[in-house]
Amino acid sequence: MSEPAGTGSTAVGALPAPRTSFVGHARHVIGENPVTGIAFALFLLIVACAVLGPFIAPYDPLASDTSATLKSPSAAHWFGTDQLGRDILSRVMVATRLDLAIAIFSVVLVFMLGGLSGIAAGFFGGWTDRVVSRIADTIMAFPLFVLAMGIVAALGNTVQNIVLATAIVNFPLYARVARAEANVRREAGFVQAARLSGNGEYRILLTQILPNIMPIMTVQMSLTMGYAILNAAGLSFIGLGVRPPTPEWGIMVAEGAAFIVSGEWWIAFFPGAALMIAVFCFNLLGDGLRDIVDPQRRT
Amino acid sequence: MLRNIARRMATVIPTLVGVVIVTFLLTRVLPGDPAVYFAGPAATPQSIAEIRKSLGLDRPLPEQFLRYVSDLAHGNLGSSLSTGQPVVSEIASRLPASAELTLCGLVVAILIAVPLGVLAAVKQGSLIDHACRIVATAGVSLPVFFTGLLLVYAFYFLLGWSPAPLGRLDVFYSAPSNVTGFYLIDSLLVGDLEVFRAALAQLILPAATLAIFSLAPIARMTRASMLAVLGSDFVRTARASGLAPSTVIITYAFRNAMLPVITTLGMVFSFLLGANVLVEKVFAWPGIGSFAVEALIASDFAPVQGFVLTMAIMYVLLNLAIDILYGVIDPRVRMEG
Repeated sequence: MSEPAGTGSTAVGALPAPRTSFVGHARHVIGENPVTGIAFALFLLIVACAVLGPFIAPYDPLASDTSATLKSPSAAHWFGTDQLGRDILSRVMVATRLDLAIAIFSVVLVFMLGGLSGIAAGFFGGWTDRVVSRIADTIMAFPLFVLAMGIVAALGNTVQNIVLATAIVNFPLYARVARAEANVRREAGFVQAARLSGNGEYRILLTQILPNIMPIMTVQMSLTMGYAILNAAGLSFIGLGVRPPTPEWGIMVAEGAAFIVSGEWWIAFFPGAALMIAVFCFNLLGDGLRDIVDPQRRT
Repeated sequence: MLRNIARRMATVIPTLVGVVIVTFLLTRVLPGDPAVYFAGPAATPQSIAEIRKSLGLDRPLPEQFLRYVSDLAHGNLGSSLSTGQPVVSEIASRLPASAELTLCGLVVAILIAVPLGVLAAVKQGSLIDHACRIVATAGVSLPVFFTGLLLVYAFYFLLGWSPAPLGRLDVFYSAPSNVTGFYLIDSLLVGDLEVFRAALAQLILPAATLAIFSLAPIARMTRASMLAVLGSDFVRTARASGLAPSTVIITYAFRNAMLPVITTLGMVFSFLLGANVLVEKVFAWPGIGSFAVEALIASDFAPVQGFVLTMAIMYVLLNLAIDILYGVIDPRVRMEG
């Protein structure tokens, strides 16, 4: 990172920010708020589960065992077993990959859809701006989870459509941030310099504007990862997308819900706790990243 | 004043048009042929073509859209395949249940979150400030269906304090006569305290679940906006003039700090209406959310479409109400118009 990271919209065009080392700044922020460090450790754990889950899980996540159904947590089954005798620890570990994949794909997709159209709207203005803003406003007119339900119902009940629906409901967030950030930079000195040296508008958009707002967009992606995971898990909790017996946190909580009233708490608890920790971790990471990239927005 | 409200109300029209277009597009343009679906699994191409004609699906899209809009204007949202009832009457009969739950959740959340946020800002860096931060971050991280289940386990299974999470009223009681549709109000109107207590007992856990969920954004915003106001010049002046700290905080700072919080309520409602669906599923609450979920599972599209439209219209109107309220509270907004 050779350029001073985006220092918030107000500082653009003012004096260049002092070039303190980015790593040093990051270390300072993490030192001041150790929670970010914890979140990063959790993040590594989640990624490890996503990558290695199927290999290090102690049992086959789909194998049922009729001799060991509804067992509470024990040495053999740390998280207990469900109504079919499947090992919950293994299922929670294996599910990490699917849940994370849904969130990552939807965030990347919304970055491409919302981020790029937002940048174009902010940079070009005019009718591009009007079209993108109108789309964003219309999506914002719906309660987001409800719209996601409607989209999945209309497109068909598949995992791909959960990814797409999660991306669409996040579109306005990305489009608005990208639009605002691109808008304040459209007449910035470095853009005019690029224009003067003969670069086309699209080239400027991609080589000058986009890299400059990447830090802010990265924060946005990290902040929405948690919401994407929650949204996807919520959809599968009500029976959309992922089908049983596929291990997935939302659907595992839904399966365990029936046993809560009779006291078998572990079936719903552990996948729910995994979900909570993952979302918590991404929210904290997002906050931490924002403190590093854009200190003015700290709350 | 009235002119500004009228002007604000006019801006709702394009939004509503957008909402209607989107709900229309959800059914008609996207892949998946309603005619094939209505015809059932044993359909021949001929019967599918007939159904397509009877549904008007063979017409050009603009014409289909006009027909959809005219149906809407006549209050016709189609019929549910599984119950055979018109979607409008189903939604109308279930709406009070959802509204009662959501409003109770919101009121509880505001009653807890606003004082918490104010205290956190006034005593910045104190224990209560850290508690507020934890609540704010944890609240948005908790999957709302998971919170609900934890509460059921703790208060129904372990402690036995609350009734079984099955709907609005225990089977032993009969619902109060329908006046507002809100059981709490209806039972008080007829003076039946027993039913009131039973309905309240059923309501506490789901409302608490929603409250925990919507606490976080409200507390966070209250704290941030209170901090901003406390740092401003007029508060310093008020302090310098020797006013009592409580006067400064309550009369001067609090009133001004509430303005951005009211704006955040719009976003809170967006989350709340979505979370409502999940909470209704957990507590078998007979509202429009669980109605939509049942329809979704049965691939019964008309109720889902009606549900999405109803929710969107309610949300648009809520935002309108919030904006008007804001204008009434803050005269500066009126000046800008």
